[in-house]
Amino acid sequence: MSESKWNRGVAVVGVGLSKFGAFKEKNSRDLFVEAYLDLINSMHRYDPKKVEAFYLGNFSSDQFEKQAHLAPILASWVGLSPIPTVRIEDACASGGVAIRQAALAIASGQYDVVLVGGVEKMTDLEIAAVTEALATAADTQFEVPAGFTFPGFYAAMASAYMHEYNAQRDAFYHVSIKNHSNGALNDKAQFGQTIRSIMESKKARAAQKGRPVPEWEDEIDFLSDPKGNPMIAWPMTLFDCSPVSDGAAVALLVSEDLASTFTDTPIYLVGSGQASDGALPERETLSSIPAAEEAGRQAYHMANLSPKDIDLAEVHDCFTIAEIIATEDLGFFERGAGWQAAIEGKTARKGDHPVNTSGGLKSKGHPVGATGVGQVAEIWKQLNGIAGERQVPGDPKIGLTHNVGGTGQTCVVNIFERRDLNG
Amino acid sequence: MAEFSMNSKDFFTALETDQLIGSHCLDCGAMVVPQRGICPRCLGSNTEIVSLSGKGTLLAFTVIYVPSLMMAQAGYDAKNPYCVGVVKLDEGPKISGQILDVDVSQPESIQIGTKLIMTTIKRGGEENEKTYLGFRPV
Ligand SMILES: [Zn+2]
Repeated sequence: MSESKWNRGVAVVGVGLSKFGAFKEKNSRDLFVEAYLDLINSMHRYDPKKVEAFYLGNFSSDQFEKQAHLAPILASWVGLSPIPTVRIEDACASGGVAIRQAALAIASGQYDVVLVGGVEKMTDLEIAAVTEALATAADTQFEVPAGFTFPGFYAAMASAYMHEYNAQRDAFYHVSIKNHSNGALNDKAQFGQTIRSIMESKKARAAQKGRPVPEWEDEIDFLSDPKGNPMIAWPMTLFDCSPVSDGAAVALLVSEDLASTFTDTPIYLVGSGQASDGALPERETLSSIPAAEEAGRQAYHMANLSPKDIDLAEVHDCFTIAEIIATEDLGFFERGAGWQAAIEGKTARKGDHPVNTSGGLKSKGHPVGATGVGQVAEIWKQLNGIAGERQVPGDPKIGLTHNVGGTGQTCVVNIFERRDLNG
Repeated sequence: MAEFSMNSKDFFTALETDQLIGSHCLDCGAMVVPQRGICPRCLGSNTEIVSLSGKGTLLAFTVIYVPSLMMAQAGYDAKNPYCVGVVKLDEGPKISGQILDVDVSQPESIQIGTKLIMTTIKRGGEENEKTYLGFRPV
């Protein structure tokens, strides 16, 4: 921990996830309880009486559910009152920032044991209202009035990226195909089907209804056909976009010295960084996310690690272009090389730089406030070798999470390490 | 430009008379749009409001098929998509706006680097009419 101002180390000793999806019958607190129960089941020795504070990542329960002030409600619902509770809002990065804030509180010595939650219940609203709610994460004074939507922002970044690096649109489809193939192995995923199985079921449905069966040869052929995959904001299509989701995630963070009292398989938060930025027009470049690069730089510096040391990463693929840019901002590939790497399968589970083994936001789902905490749950599983069929090979020891708010007005990067007891 | 203040609202007030305003830092010379009381380059507060030419270059764009509520109310949808972009003004700073008079039926034909000139767009109908910034090719 070179030049870190952290007074002591922080460990993750347990994680929990609700299923991600669209659940009419569940609200935020139901989803949170589901994730909390999953946490308890994941832990060897959990004592709720030891929890000293609760940090909640939540973007906008006020808009989605007409419920503000959510943190004390959730704490009460799992019996943790009267511990102090805090709700953290940094748009889609709320969860990742909650992890970092909880870690900072532990590192400061204020608390030894902090529960971090992330939750969003988005599907109660009509889709147009969801879009309007999400747009409040952008600059509503000067960007939204131009006519931008969230897919539109990332699509504009994609146009700048394609122009600058002569990138092919197929690269975006490869990200989608890869993330769906990972998500198909994740029982918590909202859209846990491969693109091929989605394509085949569309064909079957056409045949069943007596309509002409589309002659898609393969996944790229299917994704390139606007009849199978409509355009949302050129060049971003439906299958380039993460879905609207309900879901919750939790993680229990403790001071390093207490880790063994909770679990035999802790992972350690060895690097953390966060940065902010203005809206798109205020940036020097539109083909990268400067705040992500800065957050990554801080996290690598604190961990005394470099991009080549990262065994796997969960990155913020709210749109497929965002994953490609993330792999460059984090230094896995040179500027302008990320799109080619995606086509070549370098970010696949068995590639050089496995990215989004959980299925990512694209396939697992994107319940905004839960996303950053859910990323930690995947890193926990992978580093502990319990990710089942989607386990990355080679006994991974170091994992990274990259969580972006808005179009990069906030970015937080956290790096986790598993330490073998025998050194 | 004494008639406009640094308050964000005045950016739109200026647009109503087809003026694009920004601010100029008297200390370091930085130009910023919309206008601001604090210079983002040197962090000084010695800024003045200036009128900009409205000329610029297209830096990034998209053609939107699933519109925002405001644009849906303005009549846009998947069959009638619209273009928005980020424009680099000749004076240096960048700003977002709707891009008119480009071939939205062929997004691939829209060129980054296209020279643009500002225009104003009225949206919101009679009751909530407001003036917005747009651009069109020169
Ligand atoms: Zn200045």
